[in-house]
Amino acid sequence: MFQVRIHGRGGQGCVTGAEMLSIAAFLEGKHAQAFPSFGSERTGAPVVAFCRISDREIRLREPIMQPDGLIIQDPTLLHQVDVFSGLVPDGFVLINSKKNFDDLGISERFGGWHHARLCTVPATEIAMEHIGRPLPNAILLAGFAAMSGAVSLESVHAAIKDKFSGKIAAGNIAAASAAYDYVKKEKEDYDRAEAM
Amino acid sequence: MLKQCEGSHAVAATVALCRPEVICAYPISPQTHIVEGLSEMVRDGTLQHCEFINVESEFAAMSVAIGASAAGARSYTATASQGLLFMAEAVWNASGLGLPIVMTLANRSIGAPINIWNDHTDAMSMRDAGWLQLFAENNQEAADLHIQAFRLAEELSLPIMVCMDGFILTHAYEGVDIPTQEQVDAYLPPYEPRQVLDPREPVSIGAMVGPEAFTEVRYLAHAKQMQALDRIPQLAAEFRQQFGRDSGGLIRTYRLEDAQTVVVALGSVLGTIKDTIDDLREAGHKIGVLGITSFRPFPTAAIGDAVSHVERVVVVEKCFAVGVGGIVSRDVRTAMREHPHPIYAVVAGLGGRAITKASLRQLFLSAMADELEALTFLDLDHQAVNRELERERLTRRSGPIAENLLRDLGVVAARVG
Repeated sequence: MFQVRIHGRGGQGCVTGAEMLSIAAFLEGKHAQAFPSFGSERTGAPVVAFCRISDREIRLREPIMQPDGLIIQDPTLLHQVDVFSGLVPDGFVLINSKKNFDDLGISERFGGWHHARLCTVPATEIAMEHIGRPLPNAILLAGFAAMSGAVSLESVHAAIKDKFSGKIAAGNIAAASAAYDYVKKEKEDYDRAEAM
Repeated sequence: MLKQCEGSHAVAATVALCRPEVICAYPISPQTHIVEGLSEMVRDGTLQHCEFINVESEFAAMSVAIGASAAGARSYTATASQGLLFMAEAVWNASGLGLPIVMTLANRSIGAPINIWNDHTDAMSMRDAGWLQLFAENNQEAADLHIQAFRLAEELSLPIMVCMDGFILTHAYEGVDIPTQEQVDAYLPPYEPRQVLDPREPVSIGAMVGPEAFTEVRYLAHAKQMQALDRIPQLAAEFRQQFGRDSGGLIRTYRLEDAQTVVVALGSVLGTIKDTIDDLREAGHKIGVLGITSFRPFPTAAIGDAVSHVERVVVVEKCFAVGVGGIVSRDVRTAMREHPHPIYAVVAGLGGRAITKASLRQLFLSAMADELEALTFLDLDHQAVNRELERERLTRRSGPIAENLLRDLGVVAARVG
């Protein structure tokens, strides 16, 4: 079972992101379960959503306390919520930021981690360019797909089309492709640096 | 067709396939997405020959459902929590009059303190109201139970509540096989009312009944629920034959064959319990699970038979009767009159507190060692409770308990777990 936790703020599409990840996995023939943190979410308040992916039926209903992957939609959450709580060693972390882990001042926590599992992507900027609104969820999903291989870019595109239509879908798909390429290159750079 | 979708969406789509003729809607979390989904289907013509009525309260929702059902229409509504309480008087009327309304209850706690999260307190508050109550373990079963519920309700001429865990199921995305219209039509015949307000053959419904016949009318409601104990397994078997999957029935057992300990529960927590039991089985413990699908009527004989060989029973319930203890466990006790084994009542998951595998594992290990109290509150913060008791001992004007506890715990936002 592969478990992903998404941290965001009300209005960023955190729950929709988890749902789209579950749809993408479902389209690849996997069992998938997505659910929100069941809060009375207000715009701007910290929100958590979860997604489990498995080859077998998923019966477990507890929140994800030991995620294999984390998507952080807003870097200001790093100072407010214990977003890394329970993260498995060498788990995947993708943060919406122009800065890398060193510049964010959080590298110390990840001693022994493969660098390619600690990526950032300027999702808000990519969203403004392609969608015209600061909605980073589909973009981060594509970045996470590039980083973790949990689902393919094609499945992310299909999940976006399942949730949205028309111009919004087209903008999100273009943004997702851009984010996928960005993170893929970032990961390859880290892999290359580590191999040297 | 197998579809990855929200539980509420799966239920709305399936209810639409049951061809309801009147839907009464008043929004309350976590049920709202269901009636929203149905309203869209009525508006865009996917669901035809159906009147969607926005009402001004839950009391009106059930009252309109009663009127519609008495006029011969297949009637549906959905609610949760305080909404169920607000319609309470009409809930009793629907069953007392014998009207086969189907209602989804998206289980949620009852305030005060106000809390929108899941537990089973709402369903339990109406457990003796004369409705049948069926509990879904996952979203597939939540959808399927509605098809069976319309058929059973109309056969018996009694209303049925389909209970699904609020948020945990209603807001969860998972794979659900939504049947075709042909499949549902083949299983669910058109509604043929036992009683109907028809100007061509006038009757009155809702007579005042004095001591001369009140007991008999009430007894007949009980007798019908006892008939349902036979019909529910038959309808589940027929459903399996036509739809190719297990849904519904009175109870469902898991790894119970040689079990010395059995865990009894209702609803979605059964999934987490089964995963916990798999781990314990792997470690050599003889432990199994019994899920109750039909809470009303209560399957006394089926449970008694299923647990006859075990040594102890642990009932994990998302509700409790203040001043007494467990609710489900007291009913389970009646099913075990012939087997005087220990029954441990465990109150868990109140107001949305997560029920984790780690806590369940520890709980079951204690139960197997017979180290549990008769009544346990899973993951209760005893220290926080004791600090409040101490405040009350020291000061007369100790203030509101809920606010005191929040201040004590320093809670600013709900935790991840």
